[in-house]
Amino acid sequence: MPIKKRDFIAGAAATLLMAASIGTASAQMELKILAPAAPGGGWDGTARAMQQVLTATGIGKSVQVNNIPGAGGAIGLAQFVNTAKGDPNQIMVNGFVMVGSLITNKSPVNLGMVTPIARITAEAEVIVVPATSPIKDAKDLVAAMKADLAKVTFAGGSAGGVDHILAGLLAGTVGLDGSKVNYVPFSGGGEALAAMLSGRVTAGISGWGEFEGQIKAGKLRAIALATPDRLKDNPTPTLKEQGINLELINWRSVMAAPGITADQKKAISDVIDKMVKSKEWKEVLVQRGWDDAYLPEPAFGEFLKTEQVRVEAVLKSVGLVK
Amino acid sequence: MESFYALMSGFTVAMTAANLLYASVGVLLGTAVGVLPGIGPAVTVALLLPITFKLDPSGSLIMFAGIYYGAMYGGSTTSILINTPGESASMATALQGNLMAKSGRAGPALATSAIGSFIAGFIATAGIAFLAPWMVKFAVQFGPEDYFALMVVAFITVSATFGDSPLKGLISLFCGLAFGLIGIDKLTGQSRLTFGLPELLDGVEVTTLAVGLFAIGEAMFVVSRHRVAEEVMQMTGSLWMSKEDWKRSWKPWLRGTMYGFPIGALPAGGAEIPTFLSYSTEKRLSKHPEEWDTIGAIEGVAGPEAANNASVAGTLVPLLSLGLPTSATAAIMLAGFQQFGLNPGPLLFAEKPDLVWGLIASLFIANAMLVVLNLPLVGIWVKLLKIPTPWLYAGILMFAAMGSIATKGSIAELLMLLGFGIIGFLMRRYDYPVAPMVVGLILGPMAESQFRRALQISIGDPLVLVQSPIAATLLGVAFLALIAPYVAGGLNKFKANED
Repeated sequence: MPIKKRDFIAGAAATLLMAASIGTASAQMELKILAPAAPGGGWDGTARAMQQVLTATGIGKSVQVNNIPGAGGAIGLAQFVNTAKGDPNQIMVNGFVMVGSLITNKSPVNLGMVTPIARITAEAEVIVVPATSPIKDAKDLVAAMKADLAKVTFAGGSAGGVDHILAGLLAGTVGLDGSKVNYVPFSGGGEALAAMLSGRVTAGISGWGEFEGQIKAGKLRAIALATPDRLKDNPTPTLKEQGINLELINWRSVMAAPGITADQKKAISDVIDKMVKSKEWKEVLVQRGWDDAYLPEPAFGEFLKTEQVRVEAVLKSVGLVK
Repeated sequence: MESFYALMSGFTVAMTAANLLYASVGVLLGTAVGVLPGIGPAVTVALLLPITFKLDPSGSLIMFAGIYYGAMYGGSTTSILINTPGESASMATALQGNLMAKSGRAGPALATSAIGSFIAGFIATAGIAFLAPWMVKFAVQFGPEDYFALMVVAFITVSATFGDSPLKGLISLFCGLAFGLIGIDKLTGQSRLTFGLPELLDGVEVTTLAVGLFAIGEAMFVVSRHRVAEEVMQMTGSLWMSKEDWKRSWKPWLRGTMYGFPIGALPAGGAEIPTFLSYSTEKRLSKHPEEWDTIGAIEGVAGPEAANNASVAGTLVPLLSLGLPTSATAAIMLAGFQQFGLNPGPLLFAEKPDLVWGLIASLFIANAMLVVLNLPLVGIWVKLLKIPTPWLYAGILMFAAMGSIATKGSIAELLMLLGFGIIGFLMRRYDYPVAPMVVGLILGPMAESQFRRALQISIGDPLVLVQSPIAATLLGVAFLALIAPYVAGGLNKFKANED
């Protein structure tokens, strides 16, 4: 059995945890959460935050997190589809990035093969420029792009990821050729941050949280958010306010196994509903800088379909998918 | 001085009896899990993080620091004893450390690694406390062209891992570079050399290659030579470091720290480059060159191990002052910090001084605790090697396979491990060095991405590669390192006289 040792260790850790909290756990649901990414990324962070909240609130008992990294989540999804079929105790964390990576990697499995439960969080995407840049707002940026698209370098996360898609959408929305965007992918927003701070690139795109500290410290200037509305206590205007009709959020969601019954789906949905409404979860959202983007079924399934169509179109326009 | 007082108050928080107990529990747990072969610090910290949820903030912070240092140390133990590095940064340690273990000097190898880690950790933690704001200003100035120049330096110096024949070394290196091309191209998102297999999209995992080549390849080689009688590795000499060992270790510790801390503090620096640089420096400077291919040289363990630990402490510089996690371990630590309400970033030192200084004090304490708890364990670890060879190698095979499955959980990964094991066996059989292959796999993709990024930002102007002062200096160093052996034929003699 492949995952035995990990289970053993996680089990040992869980035992220790339980020993520390005897009395608080009112047993309800045993859950295995699959994070289809390596420890440390956003999906892993979401899965572990869920583990923390579900355990602390007693909504779930013996919550385990398994990581199956690879190919933007495609490997984890394939494993989930194949091995978790009909299992009402297994869930998977995923999100916007998986929609794109399944398309670019020509994955044999897709999100139609699992049972959608709910969108739970979102991170706002922000476009920034170095504090010394002559670009003051989104209009200046668009003007620079229109003057010479190749000279406007964008730094952001991996190719085909949410940051790249936003750059492509931005070019497309203002009538430019998405495939000519000079987008420089870094291994995550962090490394892109260094390129921004040293002034090597024109603009940077990342989740608000990754740039927040530098924006507040005055090293970077936030020129636009890609959210539908402004964020609370945040003066940064949205793209829409600046006349660019474009919204994009980096959402994360929970999926359940394929082939579960309607009752089982409801049971998992109830667990997630209780979790997102708990005080502990709200605290986690504040700590991690995630927005509450709770969208349960059936609305989530519809949302997912429209996102798939949009992402495929933009991946074609930036030349990642033929 | 202000920093100093803040640090002292941090110590008063961290030094209570309960917190010291948490630190020791953290160190023990971290070592226990980290010692499982193939499981690196990132996975260890991720697995053990939930245990700290239930404690109060200062207690969980200090236990966390303990787990972190314990995991780091546990990784080197398996590299030395059974040649299975749990992460790429312990690879250089495995090279000489395992040779030493096989020639009966596992005790001194483990000891120099523990003490070297302690000293490097101590200096580097002090570096975080006092230099972080200054370091980070320098670090963000490093652009893609500068990283590329740093890789060039690394490529030229790793020729020290080539063994006797540069030709065989280059063949091994280029095979590694070819393996490095497998997977999704970072800059265009297109897949290369994956043959339609989704498992190959993320490329070849460094630990899979290293464990396959080192541990599995060697197990096969030992079996093929029919040395399978009830033979036990003999312990020669003392368990503890001799006076000579100390004399040979202290300079490598310090040099390793000097490589590790600054490079680790770079946003894309990592722990691999400083460990390789340290390894090749020690090899060039060594007064016992004959030991490097035979019984193992203690300098080759002391230097890289110190570099590894210092670079890991270095990653805390961008993590704390920029909120920038530069390694998998750092990313999990970031999640850990957030759980304590610590949001790393430029405002952290101003907003939450108690927690930051408490953390730094915790790191000091955990580091000291690690040496105190682990030096007595050296004797127990070394007993592992007294297991009869067939059993020992069977155990290595099992643990190597389990480690690979635990981190990736896929059959394809296991098959790759086996495939690399066979390659490792053939390379040993025909006397090709295996280290350059792993070096190629690690550095190749990094060098390629940085090179292309630099050109993409400059819109194709190659002059960007030499215009930055940092890049120009590093390329100059690389050029000197390249021609020096030819110009001054007696370089080694010169170095020997200098000491």
